[in-house]
Amino acid sequence: MVTTTPPRSGGKQAPDAAASGRTRRRRRRSAPYILIAPVVILLAVFIFYPVGSVFYYSLQYYNPTTPWDNGFAGLDNFRLMFADDMFWNSLVVTAKWVGVQVVFQLILGLGLALLVNEVFRGRGLARALVFSPWAVSGVLTTGIWLLIYNPSTGLFKLLGEIGIGDGTAAPIADPDTAFWATSVAELWRGVPFFAILILAELQSAPKDLYEAANVDGANRWQRFRFVTLPHLKAVIILSTLLRGVWEFNNVDLLYTLTAGGPADVTTTLPLYVSQLATTAQDFGYGSALTTVAFVILLFCSILYLRLSKFNSDKA
Amino acid sequence: MTTTTERPPTPIAAPKASGEPRFHRKRPRVFSVGLPLALYLLFTLVPFYWMIVFAFRPADSTSMLPWPITFDHFDTVWNTLGFSFFFKNSLIVAALSLVLTTFVALATGYALARFKFRAKIPLVMALLCSQFVPGAMLLIPLFQVFREIGLVDNLFGLIVADTVFQLPLAAMLMAGFISQIPVELEEAARVDGCSRMRAFRIIMLPLLRPGLIAVGSFAFIGSWNNFLFGLMFISSQDKFTLPVGLSYTIGSYNVDFGVLAAGGLIAAVPVVAVFAIIQKYLVQGLSAGAVKG
Repeated sequence: MVTTTPPRSGGKQAPDAAASGRTRRRRRRSAPYILIAPVVILLAVFIFYPVGSVFYYSLQYYNPTTPWDNGFAGLDNFRLMFADDMFWNSLVVTAKWVGVQVVFQLILGLGLALLVNEVFRGRGLARALVFSPWAVSGVLTTGIWLLIYNPSTGLFKLLGEIGIGDGTAAPIADPDTAFWATSVAELWRGVPFFAILILAELQSAPKDLYEAANVDGANRWQRFRFVTLPHLKAVIILSTLLRGVWEFNNVDLLYTLTAGGPADVTTTLPLYVSQLATTAQDFGYGSALTTVAFVILLFCSILYLRLSKFNSDKA
Repeated sequence: MTTTTERPPTPIAAPKASGEPRFHRKRPRVFSVGLPLALYLLFTLVPFYWMIVFAFRPADSTSMLPWPITFDHFDTVWNTLGFSFFFKNSLIVAALSLVLTTFVALATGYALARFKFRAKIPLVMALLCSQFVPGAMLLIPLFQVFREIGLVDNLFGLIVADTVFQLPLAAMLMAGFISQIPVELEEAARVDGCSRMRAFRIIMLPLLRPGLIAVGSFAFIGSWNNFLFGLMFISSQDKFTLPVGLSYTIGSYNVDFGVLAAGGLIAAVPVVAVFAIIQKYLVQGLSAGAVKG
């Protein structure tokens, strides 16, 4: 502890004031560290340490069911991937899943936000209703859409009875339709996320710009294209990025609705990894896949941010 | 649903300069607003309606109305399948991780918004990076950590796990909310003799209400709905949360759809109700500009 005795010359008050000023400064300097201590500890123990151990295990043979083979593997786990059709398949499914979800959620969410930003009677109720699926869990979404897709009691049976289709469709059991059927269920839950964020941003839109556009005789589309869209740009970039990462990692719905099937058409990379972990117990290979997923995510995110900023410089 | 108070109409919506656009507006709005909104409402509400029908009608009925009405499915789910336990567990976990997330996010957000310190940029980087960590793929190492500290098959472990994975976003949202509030307000209070703590409590907290509601509701809904951690870390059935319980109902051979729907309704009603009440504040809070960080 630094408590240098200050010179006595300056009367009684001065040393006290100087000392307390110093403690105050010291306290001020340590205050932010006290405030961030909880988050640092939590992140270190529950995120960064596990991530580190994933990196470590990715270089090991590690399978609790065959302990005699465990040990240093070098890059073997990574080499294994090139020959693993399931890995490449899951990568393609993941890209398709993330792409479809982000694009459709954004378009529908943007449309929905513009709709409920209009002034009409019952707007509050309409908002509460269209946003409500956002609060529903992935498992519950599965439950609800199982009831809808079920061939013996579901919606298609009902539609068949009134003459639309033949009433025998089983969308999540058919490899041709399973991906899209699952996508629709996820869209149902995911669109409100974009709608909420975009609506929030619409409400802070600069009103004078719209007036200026009106004076200049801009039509509806031009107002949207040249006033609304530029205003929304930041939130669109941010929300698509967050959502892309989230949909990449999201396994709740896939795990419970299709479990990756039929014929692996809905097996995304995280789902494949969790299957490796729970059934095959191949933790070493699973860790290598996790490492690759992490790198892909980080790379794509940085690329996305760069590209979107690049566009803003041009515009 | 308490969302009827309208904001005053915006200048765009109330054309004044020329009376002419008003004339044109009236009719096309049915097609430009009414119709698409009705279609989207249909897409949103039919699945909910389907669940309600299955939950309330007798098992052998094929009627599309929940009539004759029965509560047998709820009785089965609540008393026989243990959803009363699951409900209580979910409530405990969601409420406590709401409190924990909000407190830690508040402290972190305040430090980020109000102090200059050397670890600030590394901390922000760490928060951003942890957004990219695939939680679903960390289950094995996480499980090992939780086993070490004895939080496996323990509701408190779930609370911690939920909190940790919500924290990065919550903290950054909170930092955004706090930096929206002029620092002068706080300084004025401190010049008047308030301690930093007191200035925070009487000046900042009331102004932060929309932010607290937004972050708190994200935390509550996120942890009420979390499935994977519950599935991996909890093994005894009396500690299951609702999503885990529901997934076993879904996964059983011969799914009883009435029971499934009733269980789903029990899981849905609290969050959908909470959300319907807070969604207005959520939009307002996010609209304060916090999204831009």
